[in-house]
Amino acid sequence: MRLPEPPPALEIVGLHKRFDRPAVNGFDITVRAGEFYALLGPNGAGKTTILRMVAGLLRPDAGAIRIFGVDALADPVAAKQVLAWVSDEPMIYDKLTPFEYLEFVAGLWGIGAAAAQARARDLVGWLGLAEHAHERCESFSKGMRQKVALAGALVHDPRLIILDEPLTGLDAGSARQVKGVLRERVRAGGAVIMTTHILEVAERMADRIGVIAAGRLIAQGTLEELRERAGHGHVSLEDAFLTLVADEAAA
Amino acid sequence: MTVPGTLAWLAQHECRLAWRDWRSMLTAGRRRRGRTILATLVVFAVFMHGVAFSMLPRDAGAGEPDKATLVVITGCLVLSLSLMLSQSMESVTRAFYARSDLDLILSSPVLARRVFTVRIAIIALSVAGMATLLAAPFIDVLLLRGGWHWLGAYGVVAAAGAAAAAGAVALTVALFRAIGPQRTRLAAQIVAAVIGAAFVIALQAAAIMSYGTLSRFAILQSDTIMAWAPDPGSLVWWPARAVLGDGAALGIVCAASLVVLALSIMAFAPRFGEHAVAAAGASQAIRRQRRPRGIRPGSPARALRRKEWTLLLRDPWLASQTLMQLLYLLPPALMLWRTFAEGTAGLVLLVPVLVMAAGQLAGGLAWLAISGEDAPDLVATAPVPARHIVRAKIEAVMGAMAVVFAPFVAALALAAPLSAAVAAAGIAAAGAAATTIQLWFRAQAKRSHFRRRQTSSRVATFAEAFSSIAWAGTAALAAAGTWFAVLAALVAVGILGGVRLISPATT
Repeated sequence: MRLPEPPPALEIVGLHKRFDRPAVNGFDITVRAGEFYALLGPNGAGKTTILRMVAGLLRPDAGAIRIFGVDALADPVAAKQVLAWVSDEPMIYDKLTPFEYLEFVAGLWGIGAAAAQARARDLVGWLGLAEHAHERCESFSKGMRQKVALAGALVHDPRLIILDEPLTGLDAGSARQVKGVLRERVRAGGAVIMTTHILEVAERMADRIGVIAAGRLIAQGTLEELRERAGHGHVSLEDAFLTLVADEAAA
Repeated sequence: MTVPGTLAWLAQHECRLAWRDWRSMLTAGRRRRGRTILATLVVFAVFMHGVAFSMLPRDAGAGEPDKATLVVITGCLVLSLSLMLSQSMESVTRAFYARSDLDLILSSPVLARRVFTVRIAIIALSVAGMATLLAAPFIDVLLLRGGWHWLGAYGVVAAAGAAAAAGAVALTVALFRAIGPQRTRLAAQIVAAVIGAAFVIALQAAAIMSYGTLSRFAILQSDTIMAWAPDPGSLVWWPARAVLGDGAALGIVCAASLVVLALSIMAFAPRFGEHAVAAAGASQAIRRQRRPRGIRPGSPARALRRKEWTLLLRDPWLASQTLMQLLYLLPPALMLWRTFAEGTAGLVLLVPVLVMAAGQLAGGLAWLAISGEDAPDLVATAPVPARHIVRAKIEAVMGAMAVVFAPFVAALALAAPLSAAVAAAGIAAAGAAATTIQLWFRAQAKRSHFRRRQTSSRVATFAEAFSSIAWAGTAALAAAGTWFAVLAALVAVGILGGVRLISPATT
């Protein structure tokens, strides 16, 4: 007897969102559990708008979003239980210490004190924050703040992690630490969706890459598949990306 | 055109920023509201002139002033000066800690001394300008009723602004040197709050102790003060004489203030840059938790309440605002203590004071908890229904209110249980109304924008004030045992209903 297929980590169908002009225009995507997906696109392509709709921060005009089979629009609380969102602008509280921040986040997700304590200790260790765990965040650099935000996103052990430009402001060492933590989450069966302008990161980390322009997915696949699609041989992701976007603009 | 880097050029730049800041305060950052602002200012000016007409004596003529007149004018001047000093300290503290352009200026080849010379002068100008705006209706009415000699009052207000700026710079720099830049930020705000309230509170305290009344003029017109005050020919009365149009006194007062301001600028401007750098360093200073502890268990609601209370406790701006509110509650508390010994008739006066303070404090706390959320995305992505988040935040506000007002209500209950019950109900109603208004008018902002919360919605600000006044009136009437309290309560509820109709939550 065949076991039923596990639901995808994220399934988006026919997503539309309009502000003063269409920002997202019929966007579809499926991301599997255990997959690292990079979403690329020029400025204003709609990447952040899509991710904010997935995280429940924006209501789409039309379309469906399912997170591990849960309809995120019909039951947002259940969907948020397994989801974490990290934006490029770390949203933390200056007057709290990282440990207090993690305590707050654990409380919001209803994590037990013992489990939260263990997770918090592991995370501050992995992210190199142990020395600063009891200092107020007001004196932290942008990179440290980003790491605190990332620790907060991981403290409730999410199955789907959405990151909007997570490496902005991180030094090389910190970026490596963060990439290591994310890879670990993917290996453990979680899914990661990330937008980035650092194409080298997408090239190295992503299992699949989606290219978005004018609110629509114009191409997706592995790095090799995108190169093929761009119609060149051994070009870099940067070349493939620029070709795909230029072709879409010309079409 | 001015030459870049000169005093005139810097002054032009600062004036432009100050003007835009002032305009932004009035328009809440929106454009195309010039006519509305003008109309509002005209209505406000007419209203204030009406208030001045009703308050000031008809006989404000010339002639040799008596001692009583000099005492009252001097009292008003000291009151104004204390408020200006408080306002100036707030501006000087912001010049150290909250100006985002300091890095640019201090890294430029322009002399820091010049920059801060201009900034101190601008602080003096803006404080004097604001005081002149507020005093103008009263001076105008005196001019109309008493003659041209009252024109001197404008000069004295300007002189007081200069003296206040000089004093504020000296006090803040003294704090810097005494306790260091890290502690000065909070200390300067507390000192500013205390200075702003101290004179009024001292007068009220003296009036309560001597005459059993909250009126600060009772003490200024008392026989004790008259006997203690120097003769009308004394130097002490020169500022008052300057207000009354004595040319020589006016000249000396204005010159003395300008000299004090110039000396302050010469003494402190050269080191101001160093202090600003030290202040910038202080904001980067590491604050370690004294006793690190493990993660405490808690539901989402508990986590939210705990977070709000922690942030409220660590907010220096809020600390100074709350202290100010508490300072103004001291005279009523003194009255409570005095009345407790001598009977309970005067306690009715306390009830509206407590209710009014509760409404104002609740408005500030509710703004911080509901609108001033620094991590809105984090809270919004938590698996908690939005209504639960709002409820937890309201509970945090109400909890903080209970901590502040419970001691006053408990003390009142010992002397007059019925008044205490009315006060408790009034505090709850005014607090709930102010919180509800903040909820209807919520607009996401950084906590650090607390000072500007009034500008984000003028309607919310006025609604909050009218609601607090209406609930205070209701409580006063209820404490006095009259059924008119029901009518006042209906007005308070009506205000809330009206606000609901025009709130963004409905429109």
